[in-house]
Amino acid sequence: MIPESLKTELTDRIASAVTPREAAVDVLKMLQAHYGWVTDEAVAEAGELLGLSTLQVDELATFYEMLYRRPVGKRVIHVCDSISCWAMGGETLMAHLARHLGVQPGETTMDGMFTLLPCCCLGNCGEAPTLMIGDTLYGLVTPELAEQIMAKERT
Amino acid sequence: MEQVLFRHNRPGRCVTFGEYRDEGGFEALRKALAGMSPVDVQQTVIDSGLRGRGGAGFPTGKKWSFVPRDLAGRYLICNCDEMEPGTYKDRLLLEANPYSLVEGMALAAYSLGVNHAFVFIRRGYEQGAGNLRRAIAEAAAAGLLGENILGSGFSLHLDVHQSAGRYICGEETALMNALEGKRANPRSKPPFPAVKGLWGRPTVVNNVETLANIPYIVANGAAWFKGLAKIPEASGTKLFCVSGHVRNPACLELPLGTTLGEVIDNHCGGMRAESSFKACLPGGASTPYLTRDHWNLALDFDTVARAGSRLGTGGIVVFDQTTCMVAATLNLGRFYSRESCGWCTPCREGLPYVVHLLESIENGEGLDEHIEILAEHLNYLNYAFCPLAPGAMGPVEGLLKHFKEELQEHIIKKQCPFRPNRPGGVHGN
Repeated sequence: MIPESLKTELTDRIASAVTPREAAVDVLKMLQAHYGWVTDEAVAEAGELLGLSTLQVDELATFYEMLYRRPVGKRVIHVCDSISCWAMGGETLMAHLARHLGVQPGETTMDGMFTLLPCCCLGNCGEAPTLMIGDTLYGLVTPELAEQIMAKERT
Repeated sequence: MEQVLFRHNRPGRCVTFGEYRDEGGFEALRKALAGMSPVDVQQTVIDSGLRGRGGAGFPTGKKWSFVPRDLAGRYLICNCDEMEPGTYKDRLLLEANPYSLVEGMALAAYSLGVNHAFVFIRRGYEQGAGNLRRAIAEAAAAGLLGENILGSGFSLHLDVHQSAGRYICGEETALMNALEGKRANPRSKPPFPAVKGLWGRPTVVNNVETLANIPYIVANGAAWFKGLAKIPEASGTKLFCVSGHVRNPACLELPLGTTLGEVIDNHCGGMRAESSFKACLPGGASTPYLTRDHWNLALDFDTVARAGSRLGTGGIVVFDQTTCMVAATLNLGRFYSRESCGWCTPCREGLPYVVHLLESIENGEGLDEHIEILAEHLNYLNYAFCPLAPGAMGPVEGLLKHFKEELQEHIIKKQCPFRPNRPGGVHGN
């Protein structure tokens, strides 16, 4: 069950939308912020609030890069693997992070802290290679800097 | 070098509403509402020769003219789903100055008879989205948005819709599905969005940079805008965002028609140390490569098209002599294969096959016939439902056209010549 305060926020967002469905992605983002990922319960709750079937909600929940339909760690590291980052050492960065965290891309560390994911261009190509954690964008990420970022994000 | 879109920029921060207004901001909107008809505004944009800055380069005023004036309930959407690899201009524009976009949207909406407009912005552009929301609130408080703007009788409600990250949302019909809260598969055309778009209503979708140009065109006139370009057949400036193996990667506002060599040597400090230019993507991930032969090519829509590529978004990704073009094309292929929405068979099935072929060649398992099969796929993927798959084949086309010998070398030597004896090793540095 979601707390009343969140439910109020969700219904307010839906009320301000052109059609309830227009607010669907925002509703899923808000539920994800609450649960940590888009759980089955979240899909059902979103469906009820939006007047959509769970299938219609799942069509969205499984579509977007920044909606997590599976459990993730406390911090999700999105490492850009698009062309500009690739040219500037993106593969080296990903390999280094995988080794440092002891996980393969797509996996979560044993302590549940980090999930490592490759992602689409983050629009920071002039400062490649780039990664994003939460809303924070990091550019010119060398392997050394990546370790410092991990240490900072761990706290 | 005349700066238009970057004219109000402040180092290290976003310009304020007051600064923008004091430097002539919102004067174009005042001018249009006081003395120009919607058709006048459209004609000025047509005369200016402004072409879409989102990638396709379609004439903006002409696009507007397709909207039937007798159908009410029209929409304007600003496409800020900037997920084209190598492209970061719209992010920088919104981080430096969201007001030109707000004013440009108000002018476009006035011209189109639109009372409700949206900015569709990608996930990850939180700062830009924040700037935009603040700019909209400030403009509304100053009577420049909302009901009866400046007493003209024209009203505009402007909403920000933030996405959750998926490349296909940048395709305009997929974007409209995404905005409506549906899975973002593209729609069939016709009907075209100008007639039947968002919620079935006539809709215009324009890029951020395109719309941000409108206030300056309305304020200074079509002839002034045409004169900004370096060559007579082009109009205006363009934001070129450069990345890759140059010394100082940067997003620059330069006249259309500036040559590739000038962009790299004069504005990006040349190539990085001990490095020479090998190739570039001129306008994002879907544009065929340009090579050393194109060093003096004027960067404008028609000139680049005549050279067999596209100006696209102006996202220039530069590669030096250490780059394996097969591996670069494989990276681009993997991107498109992963970002395919899966709706149509040519794209869903064809792109993974193209990736498989490129992987085989890169890993030293390529056969001569693979080159032929790749060439056939340039044609097959044109049968896809939307431009994603044909776009994905842009770099493959460039690879086959300019780097056939490099492809053959992989096949003959049974390994990548750029990482001999290191199969599975990493590329890029």
